[in-house]
Amino acid sequence: MKIHEYQGKELFRRYGVTTPVGYVASSPTEAEAAAERVMSETGAAVVVVKSQIHAGGRGKGKVMRDGKEIGRGVKVVTSGGAPAAKEAAGNMLGGTLITLQNAPKGNLVHKVYVEQGIDIARELYLGMLVDRDTRRVVIMVSTEGGMEIEKVAAETPERILKAWIDPVVGLAGFQARELGFGLGLTKEQVAKFATLAAKLYEMFTSEDCALVEINPLVITKSGDVLAGDAKVSFDENAEFRHRDHEAMRDVSEEDATELEAKRSDISYVSLDGNIGCMVNGAGLAMSTMDIIAHCGGSPANFLDVGGGADEARVTKAFEIILTDPDVRGIFVNIFGGIVRCDLIATGVINAAKKLGLKVPVVVRLEGTNVDLGRKLLSESGLAITPASTMLEGAQLITRLVKAA
Amino acid sequence: MAILVDRNTRVVVQGITGSAGAFHAKQCLEYGTKVVAGVTPGRGGEVFEGKVPVFHTVAAAVRETGANASVIFVPPPGAADAILEAADAGVTLVICITEGIPVTDMLRTRRALEGRIGKSMWLVGPNCPGVITPGECKIGIMPGHIHRPGRVGIVSRSGTLTYEAVGQTTAVGLGQSTCVGIGGDPVNGMDFVDVLRFFNADPETDSIIMIGEIGGGAEERAAEYIKAHVRKPVVGFIAGRTAPPGKRMGHAGAVISGGKGTAADKIAALEAAGVKIAPSPAQMGETLRALLR
Repeated sequence: MKIHEYQGKELFRRYGVTTPVGYVASSPTEAEAAAERVMSETGAAVVVVKSQIHAGGRGKGKVMRDGKEIGRGVKVVTSGGAPAAKEAAGNMLGGTLITLQNAPKGNLVHKVYVEQGIDIARELYLGMLVDRDTRRVVIMVSTEGGMEIEKVAAETPERILKAWIDPVVGLAGFQARELGFGLGLTKEQVAKFATLAAKLYEMFTSEDCALVEINPLVITKSGDVLAGDAKVSFDENAEFRHRDHEAMRDVSEEDATELEAKRSDISYVSLDGNIGCMVNGAGLAMSTMDIIAHCGGSPANFLDVGGGADEARVTKAFEIILTDPDVRGIFVNIFGGIVRCDLIATGVINAAKKLGLKVPVVVRLEGTNVDLGRKLLSESGLAITPASTMLEGAQLITRLVKAA
Repeated sequence: MAILVDRNTRVVVQGITGSAGAFHAKQCLEYGTKVVAGVTPGRGGEVFEGKVPVFHTVAAAVRETGANASVIFVPPPGAADAILEAADAGVTLVICITEGIPVTDMLRTRRALEGRIGKSMWLVGPNCPGVITPGECKIGIMPGHIHRPGRVGIVSRSGTLTYEAVGQTTAVGLGQSTCVGIGGDPVNGMDFVDVLRFFNADPETDSIIMIGEIGGGAEERAAEYIKAHVRKPVVGFIAGRTAPPGKRMGHAGAVISGGKGTAADKIAALEAAGVKIAPSPAQMGETLRALLR
C-alpha cells in the first residue's frame, strides 16, 4: 500500500527522521493557513507548495483543468507569502497532475503539502528495500539526488552505493560511515546521516515497509541532513498487524475494483483488453492471460479466485470482471485440486443467471469432480461453451469475442 | 526414492486442528502418507481421525513419534514462528503452505536458520502447495489423483500451474518422480537451484520441468546452474509474459520492479542455458515428450 509524501513525513517524524516543517491542506484557504503556520514557526520567507499524489515526477509535471494547463505539480513560493501559497494551491487542488510516471491519465490532486523552503546545498538519494537475492534489507545511496534512481542505475551505476543490513545487527555504524564518506559528506554530516539512516531502518522494519525512498535527501547550507521528500509503501502481507495503516489509505488513488476484489479475498489486476479471466491460482491466472494473448486475444484482467472458492466467491468474481465496460467475453479456467469442479460449475451457472450474462463465456474445468462439473454446465441451458484444455479454451473465447 | 520425500517419511502437521490443516491432513492420510503426529498448542492429548496423536509442541511430537518432516497450516501471524519451532525440534524437511507471511518475518527466519538450511534441514515455501512423490508420499494440498509415479521431476513457483504440468505429463504417458512447489513468495526456502541439484543427482529422475514466473532472479540463477551442471533434458515455462510492470500478480513475489524480473529476460536466460521453453502453458507435456524422442 502506498501513502502520500505528507503521511510518509509524519511517519518519519515519529521515528526521529528529520524533515522540514510542513502541513497538509485540502483547500486553498487551508493552504494559506498552513503557509502562515510554517512561516511563523520557522521564520522562513520561502515556502514550497507540493501536490500530493501517489506518483513521482511532480516537480516537472503539469496540472491540467478543463483541458488547460494551470500550473506545475510543485511551486516554490519565493515572494507573496501566505496569499501566494493560497493561489499556488488553487492551481493544483482539483486539477489533474500528469507526470512522466503517471502519463497519460495523471492523478487528481486532493491535497497539497506546504513546507518550509530549505537552503539546499546538496541533493542526494537514499532508498531502502528488500533485496530478494541476498534476503536482506538493502540501503542504497547516491550523490545523484533529484534524479530517477533507475536512470542512475542504468547510466552511472557506480554512483549508487549499497549496504546490506543484517537483521541481527541493524544498520551498523561502520556501514553508515562507509556510505556517508562515500557520498563525500563531512565528518559532522556523516554523523547526522548515520543517525537518520539508522532511524529509517528502525521505521522500515517496525512498520513493515516494502519500499522507502528519500529523494532528495537534502544537505542544507548549514550542514543539516533532512528528508526532502518521502516515498513510502507497506508490505501488504503485514496489514494484519498495522491496523493504523488502513487510515492512511487514499481510496481515490487506488483502482476501486482492485480494492473491492481484495475485500472479497479475490486477487484482481485490471488490464487493457476485452477478455475477462477467472482462474484458480496466481501462476495459472498469469498463464491464462498469456495464452489468451498467444491466441491473438487481449486479456482484460488478472483474477485469482483462490483455493477456497465457493459459489458466492465465483459470483463476486463475475461481478468484478463485469465492472469493466470493455469486457466482451469471459474465460473461466479452473484446475480443481481442493476446489471442486462441480461447485465451480454451480457457481458459474448461478452467477450467469443472477447477473443475466450477455457476453460469451467459455469454461474449462479440470481436476476434482470434473465430469460432474462438465455435466452440470451442459445441462444448464445456458450459452456456456465448454473446453477441455486451456489452449482450446483460449482459442474458443478469442474466436467468440472477435466474431461478436 | 525420487527426492526429499518417500514412503518412509514421517510427517507432523502443524495446525492440524484448524480447518485447512484438518482437511489436508485427512487427504494426505488417504493418499497413504505417514502422518504420524499433529500439533496445535492447547489441543495436545487429542487424537485426529482416530489415529493421529496431537501434541502441544513440535518438540513433543518429534520426541514421541520420530516425525522427520513437517507441514505448516498455521495462519500468517504465527507461521514464521512455526517454521522456527519445527527447525528447532530437529525436523529435517519443513514445508510451509501458508500464504501471507510478512516479508520481514521471512527475512528474520532465514537469518535465524542460516547455517542450518542446506546442511541439517531444508525449508520449502512458504506460500507453496507442498511436495509429492507419487505413489509414496504426498505432503501438501495438491490433488493426489492427477499424479502418476514416473521419472519426470517438476519444480515450480506456482501451485495450479504445476497441476497443469502434472496433468499434461500424465496424459502423454510420462509420470512424475517428485513434484516440488517452491512457492510464490519473494523470500523463501528452497530455490530452483536447490531442487535442480537434487533432481540432477537423482537416478530416478530422467528429465525436468521447471515452471517460473515474473519477479526476482531465481530463474536466472537456475539458468546458470543448468548451463554448468545439468545434462538431463529440461523444459521450462515462465508465466507472466503479459503482466504489466510494478503490479503484484497474486503472488507476493510476482512483481516486475525497476525493469527487472520480466518473463522475457527469464526466458532468454533459460534458453541460453539449453532449456526448451514450452510455447504455451498448455504445451509443457508435449514439449517434453518431443524433447525425449
